[in-house]
Amino acid sequence: MRRVAITGMGVISPIGNNLETFWNNAVAGVNGIATITKFDVSNGFPVTFAGEVKGFNAADFGVDPKTARRCALFTQYALAASKMAVADSGIDFAAEPDPYRFGCTIGSGVGGIDVTENEVLRMERGKTAKISPFSIPEMIANMAAGMVALQHGLRGLNYGVVSACATGLHSVGAAMRAIQHGEADVVLAGGCEAPICPVAVAGFAALHALSTRNDDPAHASRPFDKGRDGFVMAEGAAVLVLEDLDRARKRGARIYAEVAGFGQTCDAYHMTAPMPSGEAGARAMSLSMAEAGVSGEDVDYVNAHGTSTPMNDKTETAVIKQALGESAARKVSVSSTKSMTGHLLGGTGALETVVCAKAIETGIVPPTINYETPDPECDLDCTPNVARERPVKVALNNSLGFGGHNAVVALKAV
Amino acid sequence: MTLEEKVKQIVVDSLHAEASQVTPEASFVNDLGADSLDQAELMMNIEDAFKQYVGDNIPEEDAAKFETVGSVIEFLKSKGVPETL
Repeated sequence: MRRVAITGMGVISPIGNNLETFWNNAVAGVNGIATITKFDVSNGFPVTFAGEVKGFNAADFGVDPKTARRCALFTQYALAASKMAVADSGIDFAAEPDPYRFGCTIGSGVGGIDVTENEVLRMERGKTAKISPFSIPEMIANMAAGMVALQHGLRGLNYGVVSACATGLHSVGAAMRAIQHGEADVVLAGGCEAPICPVAVAGFAALHALSTRNDDPAHASRPFDKGRDGFVMAEGAAVLVLEDLDRARKRGARIYAEVAGFGQTCDAYHMTAPMPSGEAGARAMSLSMAEAGVSGEDVDYVNAHGTSTPMNDKTETAVIKQALGESAARKVSVSSTKSMTGHLLGGTGALETVVCAKAIETGIVPPTINYETPDPECDLDCTPNVARERPVKVALNNSLGFGGHNAVVALKAV
Repeated sequence: MTLEEKVKQIVVDSLHAEASQVTPEASFVNDLGADSLDQAELMMNIEDAFKQYVGDNIPEEDAAKFETVGSVIEFLKSKGVPETL
C-alpha cells in the first residue's frame, strides 16, 4: 500500500484568506465572528451573526473572472483555495505527462443553497418558470470538484462527497484511499461552504443548533465552556494537496505530514443528535489510530469537532476518552478552532486537517478561545485561550455530521 | 436609447464582454467567446427586455439563427421593436 503525504494547503476562512494569515490568527486566538453583513438580519432573524469571509474577490486569487461569475460562492471559495494549495505544493500540472493520474475530491454540505433560494424567489416574484440556465450547474454541490479539475486540468477521479459537517474530512479520506490504492498520484482534497444566506441561517436556527448570543457574537463560539449554547455558522474553504509519499520525496517536495490513518462510522441513532454513549465516534477514532499504527498514548493533539453545542462537546469528550483510554486522554492536547472560525459545515473537516498539519509542522497547538467556565462534563485539556508549544508527532482530527456521520483522520510527522 | 445600444448593453451584461468588441458584426461564439450556457442566458435577458414584442419565449428556430449581435437587432426590428426606445 502506498503512503500519502500532504504537500500543499490553501485556505479561505473567517480569520484569513491564505494559509499564513489563517495560521497566525489561529495561533494568536483571533475571533472571526461578527454580525452578518451578507443580508439584512433586522427582519426578525433569531440568529444575527456568523463567521463570514472578509474582502473576497476570486480574481485576486488568479481565478478567471468569467469562470468565477458562473460559479456559486462555495465553488469560488474552493477555486481560490485550490489555486493557493497547488502553488504551495510546487506542482505544475500543465507540465505533467498524464492528467488522468490527478484527481479531486472536494465536497460541500449545502452547496448552492443561496442560488436555489434566489431562483425560487425569482420564480415567485415573476410568477414565471424562467430562471437562469446557470441555476442548476451553479447549485449542485459537486460543481466545486468539477470546476477545480477544469481549472487545473485534472482528468482523474473526481467527485464531491456530501456528509454534512463531516464532508471535508470524508473528502480527505477518499483522496487518501485513492492514492493508497494507486488510483491516482495526486488528489486535491477539501471542503467548501457558503451558507450565509437567509434560508440556511433560518434553517439551522430552527433546529436550535445555533448560538443565539446576538449581543456578543465575538464570544458566541465557546466549545467546552459551560456557557456554550450552540454552534456559529461560518463559510470558507480548505483544499489540501495529497500526494503519493514516494513521489513527493523524489521531487523534493516540502511534506507537512503523512495522512496515516482514516476511520469512518455512522451512529445509526438519530437524524441530528449524537449517540449519547459516543461508541460509534470512538470506533472511528480507534480505526484511524489502528491504521496509523499508533496507540492513545502516542497521540499529541486532537483537533476536536468541538462545535460549541451542549450535546456535541459533552459527547465528544466521552468519545475521546473511550478511543484514547482515560489516562492518555488526560495528557493529550485538545482544541476546537471553531471557537475562532465558527463552523464551516462541509468545509470544516478540511480546514481542521490543515490545522493538524500545521500543528505537526510548527509544534504549536492553537487554542480554544472564549473558555471561561469549566464544565465537569468536558474535562479534558482543551488548550484554553492560549496556544501551547509542544512537539506534535501524531494529530487526530474529528468530524461528526448530521446524519450520524463520524470521520477521523490521523496525521503523523514524517 | 437606440435599439442597437440596448442590445449591446444586454450582450455586455450577459456575456461580460468588452463593450468595444460588441459591434453588429461581432459573432457571439467566435468573437465574444460565448458558450451554450452564455447564449441561453443572453436569450433569456433579450426576452425579458423585449417581452411586449417577442412574448415570453423566442422560438428555438429563431434563436438558432442568432450568430451575431446584428442578427438579434434585425430579428427584434422584424418583431416591431422601434429603432429608438
